[in-house]
Amino acid sequence: MATTTVSRGVAARPSSKRSSRIGRDIVSKLGVTGLGLLMLAVFLLPLAYVLSTAFKLDTQVTTPGAPLYPAAPATYTYEGQEYPLYDVPTEDGGTRRLAVVNPYRETSDVVDPAQPELGVFNIQGRWRTWEAVYSFSPEWENFSTAWRQVRFLRLFRNSLLLAGISTIGTLIACILVAYGFTRFQLPGRNILFIILISTIVLPPQATIIPLYIFFSKLGWAGTWLPLLVPGFFANAYDVFLLRQYFASIPRELDEAAMIDGANPLRILISIIIPQALPAITAVTIFHFFFVWNQYFEPLVYLLGKDWLYPISVGIGAYVTTFQNYPGRSAATAVMAMALPAIMFFLAQRQFMQGVVVTGVEK
Amino acid sequence: MSAVTNDLVSAPTRSRISAHTRRQRTWGLMFLLPWIIGFFAFQLLPILFTVFISFTDYTATREFKWGSFNFVGFENYQRLLTDPVALPSMGVTLKFALIGIPLGLIVPLSVALLVNSKHLIAPNVFRTLFYLPTVIPVVAGTIIFNGVLNAQSGWLNLTLKALGVTEPPRWFTDPVWAGFALNLLTIWALGNAMVILLAGLQSVPTELYEAATVDGAGPVTRFFYITIPMISPVIFYNVTIGVILAFQFFVPALLIGGTNGNPQGALMFFPMHFYRESFVYSHMGYAAVLAAIIFVVTMAATGLLFYFGQRLVYYASGDMS
Repeated sequence: MATTTVSRGVAARPSSKRSSRIGRDIVSKLGVTGLGLLMLAVFLLPLAYVLSTAFKLDTQVTTPGAPLYPAAPATYTYEGQEYPLYDVPTEDGGTRRLAVVNPYRETSDVVDPAQPELGVFNIQGRWRTWEAVYSFSPEWENFSTAWRQVRFLRLFRNSLLLAGISTIGTLIACILVAYGFTRFQLPGRNILFIILISTIVLPPQATIIPLYIFFSKLGWAGTWLPLLVPGFFANAYDVFLLRQYFASIPRELDEAAMIDGANPLRILISIIIPQALPAITAVTIFHFFFVWNQYFEPLVYLLGKDWLYPISVGIGAYVTTFQNYPGRSAATAVMAMALPAIMFFLAQRQFMQGVVVTGVEK
Repeated sequence: MSAVTNDLVSAPTRSRISAHTRRQRTWGLMFLLPWIIGFFAFQLLPILFTVFISFTDYTATREFKWGSFNFVGFENYQRLLTDPVALPSMGVTLKFALIGIPLGLIVPLSVALLVNSKHLIAPNVFRTLFYLPTVIPVVAGTIIFNGVLNAQSGWLNLTLKALGVTEPPRWFTDPVWAGFALNLLTIWALGNAMVILLAGLQSVPTELYEAATVDGAGPVTRFFYITIPMISPVIFYNVTIGVILAFQFFVPALLIGGTNGNPQGALMFFPMHFYRESFVYSHMGYAAVLAAIIFVVTMAATGLLFYFGQRLVYYASGDMS
């Protein structure tokens, strides 16, 4: 009944209905996209802030009324000397851009850059009330200072090594374990898998004291070993992701290889791994980022050994000592996030797909 | 005669099958071994050891040998009752969780609905940019928020002032707002939740919406009677992860307010109290009690969630596992 009414209505006024629908379509497209841009602007405000601040001198950050972009007070060179520029209000309500040569309390000696041939002349008005003119001028000083002071290359190398080695270990272990969970009938396999998944709940605080004592006893405190070795024993998230993917690879392929006399390890290497490259890529990126971002464990195991610090602990320690230098702090933040951000832009598809697998198919 | 033949035929077959199965089991076990060893060495035994230490007066400065562990019974647990920090810090963590968990669902869901809209131009650009803050290391994110939420020069307060708010919050220097500022920092990294919810939204069959529209259901009705039930498993997953992470949270607080949880203890999260007792003061025995509490609270919260949550979750396939 309802359908017939609608279709009759459409048939009665075909052209006007269609044009109004297109019009409504454009309005809703613009409306939704506009809303999206507004939300995105709020969301990316912190990023804009940090990028801008990293290129600013600290004096600009703390000067009220200074522009939000990196800028320096604009100057005008008159007879070999630089003078600051101000927008001076005129009687007709407009402004006149003048370089202040000698600022006094009630009057000032100024030069007009538009008419330098007039020379220096004196005008009425308090220069402190005039608005300073700024020009865009990014400063690299924060980066060079922070780079030197945090010894960024050393931190970067440490993070790269830690994340790289740990990722290799995790890949080997998690691929083996995921393969074991997908292709072999074991008594109690499902219970083991439930135990594995439930370790996601386990807070790191519940195990860190015994692990710290244990690793200290082995003489590993103050080395990278406590951070690297556990990576070689598989973790729930990555095994889960790989298992979901392995399970979707048809068994006929491994059965054919088995008849040809290939052993399970051979099947894993020559059949499963080549088929599962997207999932393996996702695990690689996830684990690399996980180690790159780790803060609590390196802090506990490496305390005081600053030559072994990864980026996270290194800049964390630096920023707490240099709280009052917003420019340098921002520069360290930019340096710490540069590699993850670049990697994300390069591999965003694998990244988001991996997230979906762990989150939706559970 | 026939019985003998049967035995002759079946016996080798049976043993061949079981030999094959046995070989398969051996291989399977070999592949699971890395995790099984790791589970015992780095998870199960340490947890049991944490419980053991909680009944001793062990401190990290002592040599690690049997004689260093003096049993003190429930002394560490009794100390909990007189600890002036334990209860307030649990309050800080609970407040963070109670604000952060709903926020951690509503904001990513709104963003997921936005980037799922068929009216949005260039949705992939939006998805990438909304995800971007998620890949920023926590330490960098904390530095960024410490700046952007600065009471005077921070861009958020400059914006609020421009919008007419005469006295915007002083965020990290105000005990009332400091915790909420860290909720904002956490919600900034909404990428994973957004992507998972988005996949959930896209898996809802469009016929359901069409049928409901024909029956006269408006957008709001469709959202609450179709979308929410259909994506409830994904919502449940996000809430569970949110609960687990909320009870572990403290690293940004350590960077902002140090081990005293400044301003005025407003950032003294329960895991920070644990970190201070264990690795700053070396009170391993008492810290083990705090660790056990984090463990039990997390388990209880996820347990309750599963007990009550599973009833509210709708599984389209009928699979409850």
